[in-house]
Amino acid sequence: MTDLNQLTIAEARDLLRKRAVTAVDLTMACMTAMDAADGLNAFVHKTPEIALEQARAADARLASGAAPAMCGIPLGIKDLFCTRGVPSQAASRILNGFRPEYESTVTRKLFDAGAVMLGKLNMDEFAMGSSNETSCYGNAVNPWRRANDTTPLTPGGSSGGSAAAVAADLCLGATGTDTGGSIRQPAAFTGIVGIKPTYGRVSRWGIVAFASSLDQAGPMTRTVRDAAIMLGAMAGEDAKDSTSAAIAVPDFEAALTGDIRGKKIGIPREYRMDGMPAEIEKLWADGAAMLKDAGAQIVDISLPHTRYALPAYYVIAPAEASSNLARYDGVRYGHRAKLAQGDGITEMYEKTRAEGFGPEVQRRVMIGTYVLSAGFYDAYYNRARKVRALIKRDFELAFAAGIDAILTPATPSSAFGLGEMADADPVQMYLNDVFTVTVNLAGLPGVAVPAGLDAKGLPLGLQLIGRPWEEGDLLNHAHVLERAAGFVSKPGKWW
Amino acid sequence: MSIDIETARRVAKLARIRVEEAALPALARDLSGILGFMEQLNEVDVTGIEPMTSVTPMRLKRRTDVVTDGNIQAQILKNAPDAREGFFAVPKVVE
Repeated sequence: MTDLNQLTIAEARDLLRKRAVTAVDLTMACMTAMDAADGLNAFVHKTPEIALEQARAADARLASGAAPAMCGIPLGIKDLFCTRGVPSQAASRILNGFRPEYESTVTRKLFDAGAVMLGKLNMDEFAMGSSNETSCYGNAVNPWRRANDTTPLTPGGSSGGSAAAVAADLCLGATGTDTGGSIRQPAAFTGIVGIKPTYGRVSRWGIVAFASSLDQAGPMTRTVRDAAIMLGAMAGEDAKDSTSAAIAVPDFEAALTGDIRGKKIGIPREYRMDGMPAEIEKLWADGAAMLKDAGAQIVDISLPHTRYALPAYYVIAPAEASSNLARYDGVRYGHRAKLAQGDGITEMYEKTRAEGFGPEVQRRVMIGTYVLSAGFYDAYYNRARKVRALIKRDFELAFAAGIDAILTPATPSSAFGLGEMADADPVQMYLNDVFTVTVNLAGLPGVAVPAGLDAKGLPLGLQLIGRPWEEGDLLNHAHVLERAAGFVSKPGKWW
Repeated sequence: MSIDIETARRVAKLARIRVEEAALPALARDLSGILGFMEQLNEVDVTGIEPMTSVTPMRLKRRTDVVTDGNIQAQILKNAPDAREGFFAVPKVVE
């Protein structure tokens, strides 16, 4: 029998309901794995007392009969989610010591469904990064390594700790958030599944805000079925988030019929980038062939504004971030700089923010400040919002022409070495998001599915993009791709 | 559009982030590089396009104008770096 921590959510649910395993045993197995994996630096605040208390409550609930699917399932929670009484600092020094007096809607819903929190997971500071190297906790490390090579690799970012923890079987699933690719890129780098839902599907309340018009939370899991189960528990309208949609949450798992006959899959020609590695190109073609074998029709499509998505994103996201992060001023919570004799409130703000924010966050706040400043607002911010409208229209036209889902690579490469990008200019790092960022700009659901290994033995992922509010149909496509690709590789345990 | 040291200093001031004099040239270079990347947006014909205000076509919801929470002073102040007598304390603002 597999170790309990290696179970999928679906397997664990069935065993828990049969009372063949207890939530306490499952939780203990995960905590043992978690404690043996400090080398991955995935869990940055462990919460064993909370986990055991929740596991015992889950067992009581399971014993009394009908319990929700997530009841007794041990999860890791990204540090971006506010969890009551537990450090929640978005991997930033500026939130050092912050313990929220409230619970984010997503974690509350998961806990109401009986889920168990093992602890908080590493991430890039304020979710700004693609390698988990901007974290105040230090780098999270990918459980995968290149064949015959011990170089530590990035798990991707910003949800790097979530990806590493799920890939290394420390928990059965994890929450992630995705503003430009922060669920899908790390999922692809670690050989797991991650879905960013339609904007408005999941409440943002209690999640530390980065760019409010782009941020969405989603599940990171080992299988598509698990993503469907966990998303169902996270989603739904919330009076506390006025952008959460009053749209009923369907049974996503029930949508996994495995039948995609007659569906039209779009292959956008603009995603064929210059200098794309041959392995990625081949993976993409193989993925299309798998969907075709399953009875789908493959259609070449055009999304003409694709190449402008990254520059538009790097105007809009920093602009929103500069506004959202204005709240970190050393007054109400978090870090306050020690002041010198005669320092006034302006010095307090400036010193607090200089000490509290890391270099990438400072850079983005300042870029955002610049593009919103008088004289540049129209040239940068308004122009970017117009280009965003065009990017969304590209997708609308494709869907209006009958396309059901769009297949693209998830990332332009496999996981790179930690530190390898240290000397590159910031824009080089931003290119990691080239295939994912369009989806956030258009508010669409997108899922990364592990589809193969590259020549170095590292996982590669494909991305499927769906129609708004059709996560069920999207996950069904992903389920077909997952089955056809038959990705079963696991990282060899070295940690 | 290239950012000079004076502009970098002004942006840092607007963002309320202290940047030491010695760090300004590198900051100006970084910001210039990122803005250069954004210049590509000028290639796009945006004539007649409205700037996006909401990614999903929705009216922002309204709620009844009533008090839904309150009497939680201790919780509000719990995480304050400096709270005194039921208030957030800050350095003197007005001389």
